[in-house]
Amino acid sequence: MRRPITVRVVGPLQWIVYPALTAIAVTVLLAIPLRLFGLSLPEPVLPIVLAFAWPLIRPSMLAPAVLFGLGLFLDLFWGGPLGLWPLSLLAIYGAILLAANFLAGQATIVLFALYVASTGMAFFLAYMITTLSVGNAPSILAVMGQVVPTLLLFPLADWLIQRFDDTDVRFR
Amino acid sequence: MAFRDGPFENLKVPLAWTAAVVVVVGLVGAVMLLLGDSRETQNVDGYAPVRAGFEAGAAPVGGVLSAPVRWTGNAVDYVKGYFFAVSENRRLRAQIVELNAWRDDALALKNVNARYEQMLGVKTEPPVAMVTGLAITDARGPFNQARLLNVGAAKGVRIGNPVLSEHGLVGRIVGASAGYSRMLLLTDVASRTPVLVERTDARAMLTGDGSGSPRLDYVRGAGSVQEGDRIMTSGDGGGFPRGLPIGVAAKGVDGTWRVKLFSDRTAIDYVRVLLFQDFSLLADQNALNAPALAGLSTAPPPTPAQAAAIQDVATRRAAAAAATAERVRAANAAPPPAPVAATTPSTTPSTTPSTTPSTAQTTARPAAVRPATPQPRPAAPRPTTPPPAAAAEAEPTPAGAAE
Repeated sequence: MRRPITVRVVGPLQWIVYPALTAIAVTVLLAIPLRLFGLSLPEPVLPIVLAFAWPLIRPSMLAPAVLFGLGLFLDLFWGGPLGLWPLSLLAIYGAILLAANFLAGQATIVLFALYVASTGMAFFLAYMITTLSVGNAPSILAVMGQVVPTLLLFPLADWLIQRFDDTDVRFR
Repeated sequence: MAFRDGPFENLKVPLAWTAAVVVVVGLVGAVMLLLGDSRETQNVDGYAPVRAGFEAGAAPVGGVLSAPVRWTGNAVDYVKGYFFAVSENRRLRAQIVELNAWRDDALALKNVNARYEQMLGVKTEPPVAMVTGLAITDARGPFNQARLLNVGAAKGVRIGNPVLSEHGLVGRIVGASAGYSRMLLLTDVASRTPVLVERTDARAMLTGDGSGSPRLDYVRGAGSVQEGDRIMTSGDGGGFPRGLPIGVAAKGVDGTWRVKLFSDRTAIDYVRVLLFQDFSLLADQNALNAPALAGLSTAPPPTPAQAAAIQDVATRRAAAAAATAERVRAANAAPPPAPVAATTPSTTPSTTPSTTPSTAQTTARPAAVRPATPQPRPAAPRPTTPPPAAAAEAEPTPAGAAE
């Protein structure tokens, strides 16, 4: 007698919608004006993790649309110019999507190097856009204060890729 | 029949292409959004309704999340108050002793200042109303440093209002909806604040760059800024009242002058929004830039009474001008003066002073008796009559009398 097998369907809800909602929730949580011993909470750009991991999991039409929405959320929530983070996040997604065939199955250290490069590219874009729009360059130290917490989120991106990576060759 | 065994086994799913199309569309949309966003002018923001709507939804969430933090902080302060009561009492006593001297100085200076203001007729600024608010969310990144406050337009908060903490200026309002407002911190990369150095009265521009200590730009003159100088708002441009404390000057690691903010001492939790109206907003810029007398073309037509008064004044002026012209014409039409008068030195003073000095003295007006007095330079007689042009304008009676 065969035992029934529970088939767990992994759809966009699991690997796109839930992570996006989690990113929004954590961003709101980290925006609490809490200050302990003179230090504030870190403010990483959480959607960068998703913009890096999603094209490596599988191509999707929904993912870039959700990334655009996440970028808009960041701009509205943080009070920045509209379009700043949608542009930066989609630039990461597009670049990784183009190189996805070469990145599939790479070692974690290679992925981390790519994550660093992607984060650097996103912040460089944001830096240039801000400098051009307000005519004043942000402090490099302040930029590093946001880049470093974002880089420390790489384990999340790696976990997402390992968890949802679809090796179906039809997506390659 | 399984899917992979069917005719679609070798089908190449173009998901990567469709995703790329969405990416390109999103990039174009983001660029359009960026181009449409204008942060240069504080009064014109095309996305203001979108921002206001979003903040109206996000602010309650932030308020709920920040409430436990606030309660925890209050509880910690409450407990600390018990444990550190003795040491705090000693510290406060020492502070009172120090402040008593300052209080006496302040009262004396206030008295003197009031007398000076009275003597000079200085028009002091009226007291500015304030609204107390609470910071709900906090953006601390390098590209945006802003806070959401739980007071909005319903309480009189308007764009441009300065915001203070218990220690000094922290920012200004850049967006206001009915119940919430967004405050741009002094440290934001888009923040510019005209300031002055208290010691030298030198002016500078406080420019945020996302770091904790904003930069002092456009500092002029050697020695105008020194380490430890107090920096405060200058009030130039009308955006802020003069004299709001900001911080102290310090040399940054990059060699530029920076300001250690007073508001950085503690968490910015409760803030006061000054309901200060920007001077530049009081004036209608279009009206100021309008050409002179432009209002004449848009003024309503005069009423019959006004028209009659205008006509009356115009008639009187025309009659007066005609009378004056008639008098001048009559003076010009009069016959030339008698020959005796023509030979007098009054009409040709420069040609015959030395030949007929006695005649000149006899025919001149009483005022011309002056040459009879001892003159150090008799060779340079002064004309005793006005010039011919002035004579033509004068009363014609002397010529008529000669006739």
